[in-house]
Amino acid sequence: MNIAIKKDQWINLAIIAVVLWFIWFASSHFDEYTIRILNNIAIFIILAASYNLINGVTGQFSLEPNGFVAIGAYVTALLLVTPEAKLYQYAIVDPYPFVMTLHANFVTALLLAGTFSALLALCLSFPVFRVRGDYLAIVTLGFGFIIKILAINNPEVTNGSLGLNDIPEFSNLYWTGGIAIIAVIVVLNIVNSKFGRAMKAVRDDEDAATAMGVNTFKAKTLAFCTSAFFEGVGGGLLAALLTSISPDLFDFFFTFQLLIIIVLGGLGSTTGAIIGTVLVIGGSEWMRFLDEPMKFLSYETTAMPGMRMVVFSLILIFIMLFAREGIMGKRELKDLFKSKKKGDK
Amino acid sequence: MILKVDNVTKNFGGVTAIKETGFTVNPKEIYGLIGPNGAGKTTMFNIITGNYAPTSGQVIFRNESLSGLKPHQIVRKGIARTFQNIRLFSSMSVLDNVLIGFDFQARYSFLESIVRFPRFISEEKRIKNRSMEILDYFGMSSFAHDKATDLSYGQQRKVEIARALATNPELLLLDEPAAGMNPSETEELGEIIKKARNDFDLTVLLIEHDMKFVNQMCDKVLVLDYGKTIFEGRPCDAIQDKEVISAYLGDFHND
Repeated sequence: MNIAIKKDQWINLAIIAVVLWFIWFASSHFDEYTIRILNNIAIFIILAASYNLINGVTGQFSLEPNGFVAIGAYVTALLLVTPEAKLYQYAIVDPYPFVMTLHANFVTALLLAGTFSALLALCLSFPVFRVRGDYLAIVTLGFGFIIKILAINNPEVTNGSLGLNDIPEFSNLYWTGGIAIIAVIVVLNIVNSKFGRAMKAVRDDEDAATAMGVNTFKAKTLAFCTSAFFEGVGGGLLAALLTSISPDLFDFFFTFQLLIIIVLGGLGSTTGAIIGTVLVIGGSEWMRFLDEPMKFLSYETTAMPGMRMVVFSLILIFIMLFAREGIMGKRELKDLFKSKKKGDK
Repeated sequence: MILKVDNVTKNFGGVTAIKETGFTVNPKEIYGLIGPNGAGKTTMFNIITGNYAPTSGQVIFRNESLSGLKPHQIVRKGIARTFQNIRLFSSMSVLDNVLIGFDFQARYSFLESIVRFPRFISEEKRIKNRSMEILDYFGMSSFAHDKATDLSYGQQRKVEIARALATNPELLLLDEPAAGMNPSETEELGEIIKKARNDFDLTVLLIEHDMKFVNQMCDKVLVLDYGKTIFEGRPCDAIQDKEVISAYLGDFHND
């Protein structure tokens, strides 16, 4: 038993080492375009793995990511943009004085972004998780819209629809990849603890979980706040990668993309979330040609922006109809090896 | 006296499911709750476990009123239950199902689990060992890593009882434990429940329709009909009681 645990740990360390090596290799050898895609993938791994915690592991259908990502991005941007840059950016109205004084280093900004999101999630938890049902989906959907509207209508803080620009470009593959590794480890450690077991119990049968002494409200709240934390951090990384953010960036499409990722990968599987991210984010770069004018035999079509989304929607429908478990189901990487061993006997 | 149901009434809108009913259960007793369908037995269970709040009256467990406690808090006081239709956690292994029962007994915090503190590792090891012991007691340890819902019905029933015992209860509520079992499985289950009562110092309160099973198992029964007590006493006397017979079979009129 002890040896098995040690063996698992060695495998985990080896995986981390390979990923770190890849990050170093990519940063020094790949071109800017590829690195940008890899940065996107790393950020979306953070988002998908944490979104999966509330949606897949705890089974509470939620549509929150765009709201918390927006909050994380704005908090980080406000803390990172230098006062001089702020001075000339606010074109609509003058910012509140406190906006000018906000400043922090990158790590503090990311941590504050995550903490702020998590605290907001905690506030949402109390009304939402007291009742059962799909209220979480409705409330979080509305929450995303409210955040966007607040961002547009409070130009004193957010510079309205113009958004914030000249955010220092702190994000690089070391940051995004490193935090993605940490996020995945944290999520897996939660899943493989009594907290994760309680979350899965809530998903499988909430009444039975209660009958086992599980505080289901606490389990759901923990999952939701952890998701929100990493979504805030991911938003911060995104802001420091794009260098400019605006409310339009965080519309429902953002959540929809994450939903496709975790459903494609398999709800409840962190490995699946990673695979889903690589396929969807990588795939949407690859499918960029769909949005452009195309020559098909002798026909020539005009550019159709959003054509990729049609393809993604079709993929989602296909998964729902024919492969509801997604690629990984609820299994993780290590489960695949286990079942293989069993099959060999 | 370990459990006292004190003059409980439960109304659902205009329907009275339980009307001014009370009974007491003594430590280490196996107490049967019987009655025709719709008599209010499961409602009584749900009141004891805190899923329903009684309209009036209260439940007293170890000289402490359970009024106002949430279901998971009542479990932590020492009342565990099984369900009429088995409700195991379908995506989890047998071992994980039992480990859920230790959820509130594992002493480590959220942060300790994230950074894998030594206390996390030792506590996980402790509750895993305890879970395996319980599974071993029920002869189920070889199925520990199988998916719970892949087991046979009788085995699932055992896992459900094992899972309930993991919460370290003093009072175990069994809702129709013998339902859907064949006679030999029923007999085996009866033996297990009796043995567990002695080995785990349990008091058992059970709902059952199988009168043979009730006769063999219970020290005392309470017969409910339309939410009212019509008989309390030894099971062998219950089946000769006129009122009980008429509740089950209806009244016979000779005129």
